[in-house]
Amino acid sequence: METFAVQLKNITKTFGSVVANHNVSLDVRQGEILALLGENGSGKTTLMNMLSGIYRPDSGSICIDGREVSIQSPEDAKRLGIGMVHQHFKLVDIFTAADNIWMGMEPTPFGLREKCKAVDARKGERGFFRLAKKTGLVFRCAGARFKGWFLSKKRNARVAGIVQKFGFELDPAKKVYDMSVSEKQTLEIVKVLTYGARIIVLDEPTAVLTVQEIEKLFAVMRRMKESGHAIIIITHKLNEVMEISDRVAIMRKGESVGVVNTADTDEQQLTELMVGHKVDLKIRRPEVQFDRPLLEVRDLTVRSDEGSVAVDKVSFYIRGGEILGVAGISGCGQRELCEAIAGLRKVESGRISHEGKDLVGLPPREIIAEGISMSFIPEDRLGMGLAPSLSIADNMCLKDYGENKWNPVVNRKKARAKARYVVEELGVVTPSIETPVRRLSGGNVQKVLVGREIIGNPNVIVTAYPVRGLDINSSYAIYDILNLQKEKGVGILFVGEDLDVMMELCDKILVLCHGRVMGVVHAQKTSKEELGLMMTGSLDLVSLKEDKHLGIARDSGIDDKESA
Amino acid sequence: MKEKVKQPFVRFVRRENVTVRRTAAVLTAAILFALVLGAVLLAFNGTDPFSFYWTVISGNFANAIAFRNLIRAIVPLLITSLGIAVAFKLKFWNIGAEGQFMMGAFFAMTASLLLGNALPSFLTVVLVALIGGLGGALFGGIVGFFKVKFGTNETLLTLMFNYIAQYFVAYLLNVDFYRRPGGGIPVFKSLPTSAWLSEIRIGNFSFDTALIVALILVTGIFLYFKYTKHGYEIAVVGDSPNTALYAGMNVKKITLRTVLLSAFLVGLAGALQLQGPASGHTMSTGITGGMGWTGIIIAWLCRLNPFGILLGSSLMGILERGCEIARLNSGVSAASADILQGIILFSVLAFDLFIRFKPVFRKKTEGLKGGSDETAGQPGSDATAGEG
Repeated sequence: METFAVQLKNITKTFGSVVANHNVSLDVRQGEILALLGENGSGKTTLMNMLSGIYRPDSGSICIDGREVSIQSPEDAKRLGIGMVHQHFKLVDIFTAADNIWMGMEPTPFGLREKCKAVDARKGERGFFRLAKKTGLVFRCAGARFKGWFLSKKRNARVAGIVQKFGFELDPAKKVYDMSVSEKQTLEIVKVLTYGARIIVLDEPTAVLTVQEIEKLFAVMRRMKESGHAIIIITHKLNEVMEISDRVAIMRKGESVGVVNTADTDEQQLTELMVGHKVDLKIRRPEVQFDRPLLEVRDLTVRSDEGSVAVDKVSFYIRGGEILGVAGISGCGQRELCEAIAGLRKVESGRISHEGKDLVGLPPREIIAEGISMSFIPEDRLGMGLAPSLSIADNMCLKDYGENKWNPVVNRKKARAKARYVVEELGVVTPSIETPVRRLSGGNVQKVLVGREIIGNPNVIVTAYPVRGLDINSSYAIYDILNLQKEKGVGILFVGEDLDVMMELCDKILVLCHGRVMGVVHAQKTSKEELGLMMTGSLDLVSLKEDKHLGIARDSGIDDKESA
Repeated sequence: MKEKVKQPFVRFVRRENVTVRRTAAVLTAAILFALVLGAVLLAFNGTDPFSFYWTVISGNFANAIAFRNLIRAIVPLLITSLGIAVAFKLKFWNIGAEGQFMMGAFFAMTASLLLGNALPSFLTVVLVALIGGLGGALFGGIVGFFKVKFGTNETLLTLMFNYIAQYFVAYLLNVDFYRRPGGGIPVFKSLPTSAWLSEIRIGNFSFDTALIVALILVTGIFLYFKYTKHGYEIAVVGDSPNTALYAGMNVKKITLRTVLLSAFLVGLAGALQLQGPASGHTMSTGITGGMGWTGIIIAWLCRLNPFGILLGSSLMGILERGCEIARLNSGVSAASADILQGIILFSVLAFDLFIRFKPVFRKKTEGLKGGSDETAGQPGSDATAGEG
């Protein structure tokens, strides 16, 4: 019988009344990359969390190298050679790369521990010798433990060694807060490798990376595979699955629905397995006659909370019936741009003009009244736009509870009607409209948010990451909603993450890099590579074509003399 | 080669939802537990716990006077807790009720001494009470102002302001305007009679007008939280200030307004306490009686629900007055009454864990392979259990 690096057998895990995993079995060979594919909420991460000791299965067994083991804690997993790189990095910002690795090191070297066990196991030996040997080892262990209390000077060199071995690019002495997302991820991988992991789980590693960085990551993964590591990559991006994996395990609603060899399958089949029915993977892009510019932003400069320039002289315009995508590595000024448009952030200089009316300096309430809707979905999904402890109904009247000034009472009747409408129209799954929003699942939270924004009949929608963390069905529902609005003549600013989606959905794409516009390209004419280069700042179309005044509409509503 | 499976004896799992019924059941259990523990302690001291407990409860209702005193103990506690709850709802951690209470009393006293008996009594009572409330609001409002203007930490500032109020009032004993003439130990002047609260008599029972004010406030604050735009704003700002900003709310204005209301209520409690007979219509440095602290506990344990606070402060009042009666009747030392109060509070606070978390005990059989459908604990919530 073949020995697998990891074998999960009939794992079941429930949280309260929710079955997260039901009878899931999975196996990975050494030197193999297994993609774990499934929609959000299908139980991928829960399954892997049980492998890495964060959860314990209710039933079922886990075998490592053919031996049944019980993983009670992350420490157990570490000892068994299992390393997980989580979606949200678990790093100490003010430490250097090497120190982040060092703080999780075992005080007792692994070899010594094994020797102790070996002595214990040899029962046949004479008592005295065994005791002497054991005592010696115990002292050595104690010595190592004592040494472990101090920071070894060699730690940088040791980490550098591992970095080199796998061909990473990482400076062990660099502090985490100076690192880019990609570097942090590299550090996480180096960390688990340093701890001696032979089974590596990567939870959605590509979500935060640019195209070029993803290529680098895949190269590293291939090298790890060659050196005999077993790798499990959790993802819901099909093209990546096809590119990197040897086999694909697909999960749906907490159950495993099949394992296929990557070579024998295609994206369409994988989607069907993942979703459970046929899905048209094409995103509709309706052709709409563009209107005049609705929202124009000219030379906008905005500072971040820390006081650095987050949005640097950005100019663009959105016409009615147009979706303008904003691409960029996360934290490149997207948030600040959205907040400035919504009036939540002070504008340093520049203009934001809505149908010729200057919005700079207006309070948020007046900007809402102008018909501009902004929804920003942060990583934790609930940070801005919804009050998590309040019910769906109460969240519906967030923006217009203040109308009818002389009535001191909130009009809950109207809010409830709206909530019922949104729940019905967008298919929000909820026990009732009085359920607190934080109890809903991610997709439903987003539907509530987007639903409320659309109900207000805006004529400009600024939406950031509206499909963040959503499954395919919900994502397509949101795209449809946006397209419907577009057909109604609404101008949409779509801040997104997934370049494939943006290239299909948007009409034009604006690329930001460190707060500066790298260029605005037609979605149909560009390529992922070009966008990737612009996102990293290697390609700057704006300076290349300086004479063309990119981002300024020919029929602009802003009078140039006025702005000059 | 199966490794030994170590399972902790008991784990805590976060509950999906918190029902009113379970909350009530757990709190009752907590009080019973505390009473049993207290009984053991009392027995050690040579007191019969059963008769002691009987005195504590029945003593309050034994006669009209005891009952009147009970109401007098409950009312200021109730209004103070309500005031604290208003600020807490906004997640503005106002722990300065002691100071605001005292300043409320101080302003009321000043107003009353200045007004004397010049105006009709009814007008004087209302005016003095309102000025007391405004005084509390002013005092708490300073902290609110610093919070919205400079983002200072309200917890530290309200705490420090308690000491300012305390020593300020102590200093006033040196001021002729406030001190009762004559030698000996300095005492404050009593309020002129027209500022005194009147009593309402129904048959045998009588109570101060302050009770009516308190009951109106309970209902009023309940409606304020639940139905008004202000209440809605408080809920949103308390839940997520970012969302509030995004919705176009003026978070600073709302914060300041809410803090002022909170401190106003606490100041009003102080003024009413001073105007009522419980203080002998006289200011003292100990006029708060620790109500600013107890009020925090009541407001928090009652989940900031006005009617819950009504219940909570009633129970607290029964306990405090009852222990006092028991001390007078059966000679139990004042200390054991305090200890009993402490035990009950601790036990209620500790049992709070069971409201939000469910204990899961270790399974007797290690049925790992047997496909058991029992819910095992989530270590993820184990970690948070400690914080809860």
